[in-house]
Amino acid sequence: MTIATIDGKVVLEAVNKAVEEHGATIDELIPILNDVNRTLGYLPANALDEISRRLRVPKSQLFSVSSFYRMFSTKPRGKHVVQFCESAPCHVVGGRQVWASLLDHLKIGPGETSPDGNWTLITTSCLGVCGVGPVIIIDDDIYGNVAPDQIAEILARYSETRE
Amino acid sequence: MKTYRAMVLVSNDPLSIERGSQQVYTKLTEEIAAYGLQDEISLSMVSDIGRHDAAPLVIVYPDAVIYGPIAPENVHTLVEEHLYKGRVVAGLQAPLKEMTGRIAWLSARKGTLPAEQRIVLERAGLIDPESIEDYIIHDGYAALGKVLGEMKPADVISELEKSGLRGRGGAGFPTGTKWKFVSKADGAQKYVICNADESEPGTFKDRLILEGDPHSIIEAMTIAAYAVGASEGYIYIRGEYTLAQERMHRAIIKAEEMGFLGDQIFGTDFSFNLHIHSGAGAYICGEETALIESIEGKPGIPRARPPFPTTHGLWGKPTLVNNVETLANVPAILRRGAAWYHSFGTPSSPGTKVYTMLGNVNVTGVVEVPMGITLREIIAIYAKGMKKGSSFKLAQTGGSSGSVIPSSLQDTPMDFDSFSKAGVSLGSGALLICDEDTCVVDLAKVLLNFFRVESCGKCNPCRIGTQRAFEILTTITEGQATLNDLDTLLELSSNLAMMSNCGLGQTAGTPLVDILKYFRAEVEAHIRLKVCPAGVCTMKPHVHPEEKVHQHA
Ligand SMILES: Cc1cc2nc3c(=O)[nH]c(=O)nc-3n(C[C@H](O)[C@H](O)[C@H](O)COP(=O)(O)O)c2cc1C
Ligand code: SF4
Ligand code: FES
Repeated sequence: MTIATIDGKVVLEAVNKAVEEHGATIDELIPILNDVNRTLGYLPANALDEISRRLRVPKSQLFSVSSFYRMFSTKPRGKHVVQFCESAPCHVVGGRQVWASLLDHLKIGPGETSPDGNWTLITTSCLGVCGVGPVIIIDDDIYGNVAPDQIAEILARYSETRE
Repeated sequence: MKTYRAMVLVSNDPLSIERGSQQVYTKLTEEIAAYGLQDEISLSMVSDIGRHDAAPLVIVYPDAVIYGPIAPENVHTLVEEHLYKGRVVAGLQAPLKEMTGRIAWLSARKGTLPAEQRIVLERAGLIDPESIEDYIIHDGYAALGKVLGEMKPADVISELEKSGLRGRGGAGFPTGTKWKFVSKADGAQKYVICNADESEPGTFKDRLILEGDPHSIIEAMTIAAYAVGASEGYIYIRGEYTLAQERMHRAIIKAEEMGFLGDQIFGTDFSFNLHIHSGAGAYICGEETALIESIEGKPGIPRARPPFPTTHGLWGKPTLVNNVETLANVPAILRRGAAWYHSFGTPSSPGTKVYTMLGNVNVTGVVEVPMGITLREIIAIYAKGMKKGSSFKLAQTGGSSGSVIPSSLQDTPMDFDSFSKAGVSLGSGALLICDEDTCVVDLAKVLLNFFRVESCGKCNPCRIGTQRAFEILTTITEGQATLNDLDTLLELSSNLAMMSNCGLGQTAGTPLVDILKYFRAEVEAHIRLKVCPAGVCTMKPHVHPEEKVHQHA
């Protein structure tokens, strides 16, 4: 199953809402992209078109911006996005083992989406919660002090109930 | 400021409410009154403390004991034992180290000790960050009132210069001098920016300030704007810090409502508008010119300097960029004076520094101490020593590009000048403390991977150099390298330092050079003997996951 392309109306609504909230000025471009990415899960081409039109920003600039920042994705991602912090403070307190366990359970590599469209795994730099490393973030949930043997149980929370 | 013997916070997020936090609060009010403690103990509701596993929570300061889940029938015991008799009720404490699923707020006061000196974290964790009233009661906006009422812009700058405050964003540049540059720069339109991008691995002090005391940053930025002659300001907060962004957003609205921000502040003709700008995941945007590019709606690629932002910043206009922690010092200095500030720290680095203690120690988290304290003191007193059975091997101070220091340097006083004399960087205040199970090559590889991924790619020495260094380190961890490779690493480091456009590339080689200086024998063991003394590296060729191409998108 892949993620169906998002309805054009939904895309427009997301862009409208973000532009209304922030205002149609160039200094609000990144906050607007942030909101749209958050609402839609990624930045579809028609969203970029619309933003380009509304803010009067050349499309080339929009493409370079949307590919530069880690939090933006121009491709659809899985239903759940797992972010693994690979920075040194998490690494030295057991991050390596957690990473191995994540790979084991998800059976996909960094940057990949599982064939069933359920999971995307990405590595990230420090997330600012290293006081409780190792750290993983699934969607908006932050897990600290993660041990390798907790991975199965944590992932299971997402495979069952959520939509 | 009214002082209380103890402060009690009750969590009041939706889940806590559902589980009866309001009833707990009512019961606490009754019991505290029943013991006649109402004048000694403050009681307040706070929104999201995290720890949803143990909601509703009751937290007692200054001991920073977290109780939860608390039901109304537990309240009597809690008040009698802890608040009246002063004994922690172990049975009611929230389970420690429990996996939480949501960490919105880490206790800033965990492990607070008498010697700790709080200036920038004075209120964080003590007041309700959503309440401007709480801030005002605790001297909030008093400095702004004094500045607008009694001081000329030049007086403000001169007081800051006298205080000796130096930037806490990494470089330690004198803050008063920077403000003077911007105030003297030509131009009718000027900007003030708070750098809250905080992406240095191991650093989360700015987040605690933003989440725990958002008004202190608003107050400081308004003072800065008055001093340098700016009418617009931005707080650039990293994209992942959503709670900090939301709190700051609400704090700005409140401050505008109360007339501390916006048009005609305090009824004067000084006006200042403040905007929040979210980052989107890029370490390099912490570099001030990349940050400015990012606000201008572009990829965060650092500009060539000079010209500096103080004259050519946002939209080419004079711009003041200061770190969150730097700014958080400002209201206290202006309220209490430069001489007071000099009573902390060392003569050349007055004041305090907030450190994040991380790694193989017993207590991790944030501590604010006077400048000049030694690493050994921090480990022994605040981090409560190395984890059981382990001993100190090395520390990395200042984040990814920081120095790697062996135990022989543990007694160097931590202030800007002593550290730079010892060739060590204070950086962002991250202290990564490692025991002997840490392999220096493995650590270096993780650090270079970080630079490789975060390099913006503008200049070749950085883009190619960090990639090459990472590859060589990988071959060392696999037992496939030669001694010549070590020379190549040093050469790459020196090229990085000399030929890169910005601080990222310039300092990316620092930890490598340090490791080869202090731990060369261990590195050579990987090459000559094909042995990893710490037992971390697998020493056989295999594809390490980190070697695969990373998505930077
Ligand atoms: C690669 C790089 C990353 C940086 N990241 C940050 C950061 O996250 N926060 C910060 O305040 N300063 C950061 N800085 C330093 C800023 O460029 C700038 O010096 C600082 O914000 C000035 O504030 P201060 O004078 O108050 O220290 C970084 C610098 C470099 C080269
Ligand atoms: S040194 Fe690295 S991060 Fe800095 S501008 Fe050059 S390529 Fe970009
Ligand atoms: S190093 Fe992992 S969250 Fe900071």
